Amino acid sequence: MTNPSLSWNILWDARQLLAYPFMVQALLAGTIAAVLSGVLGWYMVLRRQTFAGHTLSAMAFPGATGGLLFGLPGALGYYIACVVAALAMTRRGTSRGGTPGLQSAQIGTVQAVGLAAGFLFLSLSSGILGGLDDLLFGSFLGITPAQVLALAVVAVVVLGTLAWIGRPLLFASLDPEAAQALGLPVRALEIGFMLLLGLTVAATTQITGALLVFALLVTPPATAQRLSSRPGWSLVLSVGCALLVIWLSLGAAYFSIYPLGFFTTSIGFALYLIALAGTSIARRRRGVQPA
Amino acid sequence: MITNPFLEHALLAGTFIAIACGLVGWFAVLRAQVFAADALSHFAFTGAIVGLALGLDARLGLFVFTIGCALLLAALGGRSRVDDLTIGIAITWVLGLGVLALAFFATSSAGSGGASAAIALFGSILGLDAPHADLAAVIGIGISVVMLVIARPLLFSSIDPAAARARGVPVVLLGVLFLVALGGVAAEATQAVGALLLLGLVAAPAGAAHRLTNHPYRGMVLSAAIGVVSVWVGLWIANTFPNIPPGSAIIAVASAAFFCAGAPAAMGRAVRRLHLGAPAADATATPDIDRA
Repeated sequence: MTNPSLSWNILWDARQLLAYPFMVQALLAGTIAAVLSGVLGWYMVLRRQTFAGHTLSAMAFPGATGGLLFGLPGALGYYIACVVAALAMTRRGTSRGGTPGLQSAQIGTVQAVGLAAGFLFLSLSSGILGGLDDLLFGSFLGITPAQVLALAVVAVVVLGTLAWIGRPLLFASLDPEAAQALGLPVRALEIGFMLLLGLTVAATTQITGALLVFALLVTPPATAQRLSSRPGWSLVLSVGCALLVIWLSLGAAYFSIYPLGFFTTSIGFALYLIALAGTSIARRRRGVQPA
Repeated sequence: MITNPFLEHALLAGTFIAIACGLVGWFAVLRAQVFAADALSHFAFTGAIVGLALGLDARLGLFVFTIGCALLLAALGGRSRVDDLTIGIAITWVLGLGVLALAFFATSSAGSGGASAAIALFGSILGLDAPHADLAAVIGIGISVVMLVIARPLLFSSIDPAAARARGVPVVLLGVLFLVALGGVAAEATQAVGALLLLGLVAAPAGAAHRLTNHPYRGMVLSAAIGVVSVWVGLWIANTFPNIPPGSAIIAVASAAFFCAGAPAAMGRAVRRLHLGAPAADATATPDIDRA
């Protein structure tokens, strides 16, 4: 079984997929990462914080190089970089300092500072960062059981917290002014959500790489929100899409010579296009003007 | 003071790229399109690799691809500005294509694909030779001139698109032109001084200028000036302390300007909170309601 090949027998293919322990670890980690990013990404897209999510995924660079320079254990550098960046990007309500333009300038500046810090750390540690490709595209095939366990713990903490603040957060995301008027702590919810997003990205990046974590955060939720406007249903769809994307792309990458990153982004994009086409056809059938 | 020819080239290219970034960035912040600038710098990276994978000149691939992507972003936006979600989806897909091109490139040539990818990502401002520095300066001047020519109608159509359209201003065309200018800056800056510097020089000086003044032309000049000063001070720091990369030093100065520019407003909020004993959001939320 040195050279896996695809057959029409699905059972045989599945057995081939699971023959190596590294592939089992990759599937486990991918499943947890997909559930986590499907849920968090859903809120991120709803709150129009795509740029902030993208900036968080770029924090893998200062996280990794900082960890190298200061000799931090394990993945601590990722968590510090992501949490600091998440806090630096929180919005302050609807006040003047929070106009959309200045917000995007602030996020852009945070990203530039993060990358500049990463570059500085790299230069100071005078070492060469092993595996730039791993940083960007993940090392899916070298995941240890300890990493899967760490990811699972973060997933439980993040999803547990979200189960607690999920409903007020949904309200505050849809209509911040009304939520504030009703006495909801909108600013605290914003900070809490950014912290959860930072933790999610930090935990997922080490496994999937900076590129894929953003792909999982954006395309499945965007597809789901295109398909359904009912919150609960679309949240489930988002997780389902993320799982579909990660399973299909892991399988495809296993049986082909092309990289996982290409499959994850392309399958996600294809799903989004199908959803886009499907919903506009359905709308036209019903005689509704396309939005 | 300048004895090192590479420092001379860096000053020449850096100054004019900073001016172009400052002007384009001022409008990017006004139109809330900083994410588009970020996206275009990623597209420039993919363009360079696609150019290499197809056996073309990396620089040509980078320019054609980046400006093509700028046009695509404009098309996706349609009659309005392209939103952040669409940009995010475009980034993931285009970077995925870059990964594929990188795989092709790595398998088609014996060369180390990862290394040249890293160079495309982080071009170094201190590594420019004379012709490239001249070219960067010329492109920087060209984009600055374009921005100054379209500044007045672009300002009108950015602030009030509906009124501008009613007065016969070509709002959609100006939006496309702006994104192409942004793509040009992204392509030039990425290959000359690195993608890292592009985002820093587009977002931070322009954000600082917007925080300091509401006056459009004063803001544009201020934005370009903060960018130029950041480049000069950053290069001086990098020249004095050889351990600090020039890009990091330039970003540090520019972002310090951005965060310091926010300090007066933050202090004002704190003072108001102390005096009124009420949350600052109440004091600032009123004009928003009036406007709505």
